[in-house]
Amino acid sequence: MAKLKNIIAKGMVSATAVVAKVLPAPEEDPLLNAGQYIGKPYPRIDGRLKVMGKAVYSAEHALEGIVYATLVHSSIAKGKITLINCEKAEKLPGVLKVITYQNVPPLKAPSNAFVVSMTDPLAGSSTTLPIMQSNEITWNGQAVAVVVAETPELANYAASLIEVAYETKPAALLLKAEKSHAFTPDHVVSQPAEVKTGDAEAALSAAPIQVDEIYETPIENHNAMEPHATIAYWPNESQLTVYDSTQYAVGVQETLAEIFNLKPKQIRVLTDFVGGSFGSKVTMWQHVPLAAVAAKLTGRPVKLALSREGVNRMVGGRTMTEQRVALGVATDGKLTALIHTGYTMCTQDTYAEQFSLVARHMYASPNLHIAQKVVPLDRIQNTFMRAPGETPGMFALESAIDELAHKLKMDPIELRLRNEPDEDPVEKMPFSSRFLKETYTLGIDKFGWKAQQAPPGSVREGDWLIGSGMATSYYPVQQLPMPVKARITADGMVTVRTSSVEIGVGLATVQTQHIAERFGVHYEQARFDQGDTDLPSARTAGGSAATAAIGGAIRNAADKLTKELLLLAGRIKTSPLQGANPAEVVMRDSGLFLKAQPDVGQTYREILKASDKLFIEADGESPAPTLAMKFSMASYGTHFCEVGVHMHTRQVKIRRFVSTYDCGRIINPKTARSQIIGGIIMGIGMALMEESNVDEHTGRLMNPTLGEYHVPVHADIPPIEVYFLDQPDPLMPMGVKPVGEIGIVGAAAAIANAVFQATGTRVRNLPITVDKLL
Amino acid sequence: MHPFTYICPSDVATAVGSFTEDLADQPLSTQFIAGGTNLLDLMKQNVARPTKLVDINRLPLASITELPNGGLRLGALVTNADTAYHPLIQERYPLLSQTILAGASAQLRNMATNGGNLFQRTRCYYFYDTSAACNKREPGSGCGAIKGYNRVCGILGTIDHDPKTTCIATNPSDMSVALAALEAVVCVTGPQGERTIPIADFHRLPGDSPQYDNTLQAGELVTAIDLPPQGFANHYTYLKLRDRTSYAFALVSVAVGVMMDNNQIQEVRIALGGVAHKPWRKREAEALLIGQSADQPTIYQSVAEALLEGAKGYGYNTFKIELAKRAVVRALGIVFQQNQ
Amino acid sequence: MISNMPLTPLPPSSITLTINGKAHTLDLAPWTTLLDALREYAHLTGTKKGCDHGQCGACTALIDGKRINTCLTLAIMHEGHQITTIEGLEDEPDKLHPMQQAFIDHDAFQCGYCTPGQICSAIGMLNEGHAKTEADIRELMSGNICRCGAYPHIVDAIHDVMHQTH
Repeated sequence: MAKLKNIIAKGMVSATAVVAKVLPAPEEDPLLNAGQYIGKPYPRIDGRLKVMGKAVYSAEHALEGIVYATLVHSSIAKGKITLINCEKAEKLPGVLKVITYQNVPPLKAPSNAFVVSMTDPLAGSSTTLPIMQSNEITWNGQAVAVVVAETPELANYAASLIEVAYETKPAALLLKAEKSHAFTPDHVVSQPAEVKTGDAEAALSAAPIQVDEIYETPIENHNAMEPHATIAYWPNESQLTVYDSTQYAVGVQETLAEIFNLKPKQIRVLTDFVGGSFGSKVTMWQHVPLAAVAAKLTGRPVKLALSREGVNRMVGGRTMTEQRVALGVATDGKLTALIHTGYTMCTQDTYAEQFSLVARHMYASPNLHIAQKVVPLDRIQNTFMRAPGETPGMFALESAIDELAHKLKMDPIELRLRNEPDEDPVEKMPFSSRFLKETYTLGIDKFGWKAQQAPPGSVREGDWLIGSGMATSYYPVQQLPMPVKARITADGMVTVRTSSVEIGVGLATVQTQHIAERFGVHYEQARFDQGDTDLPSARTAGGSAATAAIGGAIRNAADKLTKELLLLAGRIKTSPLQGANPAEVVMRDSGLFLKAQPDVGQTYREILKASDKLFIEADGESPAPTLAMKFSMASYGTHFCEVGVHMHTRQVKIRRFVSTYDCGRIINPKTARSQIIGGIIMGIGMALMEESNVDEHTGRLMNPTLGEYHVPVHADIPPIEVYFLDQPDPLMPMGVKPVGEIGIVGAAAAIANAVFQATGTRVRNLPITVDKLL
Repeated sequence: MHPFTYICPSDVATAVGSFTEDLADQPLSTQFIAGGTNLLDLMKQNVARPTKLVDINRLPLASITELPNGGLRLGALVTNADTAYHPLIQERYPLLSQTILAGASAQLRNMATNGGNLFQRTRCYYFYDTSAACNKREPGSGCGAIKGYNRVCGILGTIDHDPKTTCIATNPSDMSVALAALEAVVCVTGPQGERTIPIADFHRLPGDSPQYDNTLQAGELVTAIDLPPQGFANHYTYLKLRDRTSYAFALVSVAVGVMMDNNQIQEVRIALGGVAHKPWRKREAEALLIGQSADQPTIYQSVAEALLEGAKGYGYNTFKIELAKRAVVRALGIVFQQNQ
Repeated sequence: MISNMPLTPLPPSSITLTINGKAHTLDLAPWTTLLDALREYAHLTGTKKGCDHGQCGACTALIDGKRINTCLTLAIMHEGHQITTIEGLEDEPDKLHPMQQAFIDHDAFQCGYCTPGQICSAIGMLNEGHAKTEADIRELMSGNICRCGAYPHIVDAIHDVMHQTH
């Protein structure tokens, strides 16, 4: 079923592609260079609430009569529950219910998983696995019981009293051991899993200089600071309200509707604030329906706030990868062969993390072979984590390019410049905008990059070996539908509403700036409401796509409201806008004014008042996702870093980091910089410390807490400089391109390359811990 | 967390007495709580399940006082932060100050006490996960770590010949490593009265009973830690190697204290953390340096080899053997550079 | 040694906590942590739960002016203490503490979940008086994890306040 849907989805995509080729390019956004509100470093609009502790996250809604749920997790990876004894827990006064497969009501398994088909509106679930419907265990950490009690302490205690016995079956746990079961997935995020141009293997063999290496990245977990939490209650039999920490309120709504056999309208999902996500809250995980079931069976509002350990047992992370990158060059440094192949894990729901996409867009080579395979494992579903695919893929590709530069004894930037393509190497389409070379130039200047480097391992400061490294960064434009409703009220306020969720990235701030600019109103008169499924239905806040998608929808709504205002003005006898058409007017100074006669126009307030209207409203649609079928569209950047490695004990200390970006027009340099440094810091974590340690025999995640899963702390972080070219992409709303995820892409490669320069040791399997440098 | 009763006595006799009352029927069920930073952590994981907590925070054990012999007495309830920043500690025992500040976070150091620090339990992943086999947590249940993910585990003094007693856990305390180098003495009071225990005899190797971390008898309460007069304030270092720059347990750590006279080494203490069930010292290794002049780096390697003699790796943690040697060499280098 | 019969939790008793200068009388059992007492019983949710094991710092609040992890201490242990949370930093209504304002000015957060803990920790650190340099700030703030990676901006914000007040 899932496969069939994907084929249909792919079919639709290719049909649209044909249409797209003949469609004219979209009209350039008049706001490409606007600068009254756009481009200004406005402070975060929700900042005050956040610093006062008054921003309310999902677990923090105080509902009358609320009770607490805790999960019990399986301790085996595969097999069956043979006995589950809840008696001790059930007997405790204050324990309201213990739910297991034996007494859970029938729940329909989600028919599709978001990670598999990102085009299916019903697919908000992370997995198609049944929800506690049998005694079968499919991953270590799966929920086997839900305990509901009057207090959180009691629920936790009761959960510890539940005894579970299992019959264990052999489980497939290791990528390396299971590679004989690898297969080629139907697609890699709707792109073909394999691309071949020419004969790359032959060209590689013939190349005078070659690099052919295996690069590995481990399982990683998002560990957003706010653990996933859900509060569910049923106002009546047929209505469910859910406060959920999600990036995708509509996905949760539609998936719960399918599971509980309700209409989406019967379910309301609310998300005011999300305490970080990084992909972990894009899709709905099984604790959400379990909270709803608990609320149904107890008749009380139920809070299911996962523990940190619970998050890492119930929410999947990034797959491990094993990647081969092979490069062949002539002595002039021009690539003759580029091979990027490898393996990621999958489960019953095949999400092939798209590590091979970067190699399709970065370098020109007459012979290409790019291919991905997946290996089914008995593990929790792998999922999106910040720049899925690009992040591990770029580590491999940019490490290999660096290795090649060393073999050629060529400046790695010069090598990249010699292989900079004129058009997209695989799609053979023009770039909408690509200022990658300019990011090199800017970075060389800001970092003080030297084309001539001392031999690896030869530069010392005291007992520290010093080295610099660089790598490129890339993140594609993804066009998602994120409709809005825009309203102009008689008091002159402009309000835009969407169900999309502000996950902390600054979406509400930049869209408020945009609304003020677009409608020509003061910043204080612009308002952006989000995070409620009663608002217009939007896709997930993922893919670094929301600013453009919502921006485009707002532009569309503004165009409609301009027409509506002109219609109203046309009926006002005294209106100076009589007879004007949309092309002749501009929104500014809280009204519509003639372009030709800037003094002539009317305010929104005047038009609405004279028309006796309290407000006018229009729906706005995001641009159709056709641009990517005509143009190769992406953000680009370059990371430079300097590291010190202790000559005896091999600690790696990052000394400074400089990154330069082509992310199109920057709406808010303050929040954009925060997104980029956040990505770089997660990249530092990936490079040096992050790894989910899984017991090879049991499949148990052994470091589910923040004490053992290391993420960077203050002391790990050097001064970071970020520079934006701030060049608008002519095809994008406001000229914007992705910002949210690109910071992490390539960061780990830049660090690994710097570590090589410092020590002469090439680490090809992350993280670069001391043991790999001894 | 399992339920428990709670009392908060204000004198030592009542605290120890309240513990004694329970000894007969449930020997493991009462615990003292001070900072609580490790105990509550373990209780939330259901690793520790006391049925009664005796809150000792009101006992008069929260001061640092001078001893007649020129040493210092650290009250058991002085916080780690107050100890590390105490002027007398900074002046006379900078090794202890540096070591404490290398551990945990500022918040935890504000909570954790000197007495409590001695009772930190291992961070072995298999000890913390109640679904895993662990002879320390459930004697006789086996050891998940020995063939599992044992990167954090020990390489010295481990026990691996009998599955029912196997234990490769390490003691995670930083402070205890410095105390081992300083040869501190632990003051204890209990049902049998007061006694003192040299720090070297306070923590123990797993032997055939890995469930016991130390040599205290049931109901005994640590009241103070006495520091001998020699604080090695001129030549010392604590080198802690970990997976991130701060707020992580040691993979390997080294505390070094040296006394010099006319560029000649009079006394040396070297204690290793992160490698064994207790802070690891070896006098034969230290002896290699006695009488030597300071600037002889070639000896450092011999010292390291001697200290790590008999070390054994279990796969993921095997690198610790080489890392510990390098840490010793580096730490000695730091200490002797202070001389120049 | 571990009894087979489940222990029945003790009934809660009345405990008075002084939070942000106000007495809160709450019915709490001994096993309730200070963090849960704040969030679930006093409904002061500004103090966040990120790990519940002293491993992230999101729950940092000030006890008699000192920063601690409220998740690793029992509420019952804090009768008679002055507990200050993020909700109690403003000297007067709607007037932000300089640290709160500096966090806004420097964009020292994204999702905001670690922010109350970072701010309380920063104020606690300045009370302690041991941070002199930016490197000191980084080390002494390392008990507060920010997964959004706002660290450089947090350090800038603290540095600003440090220089305003000294």
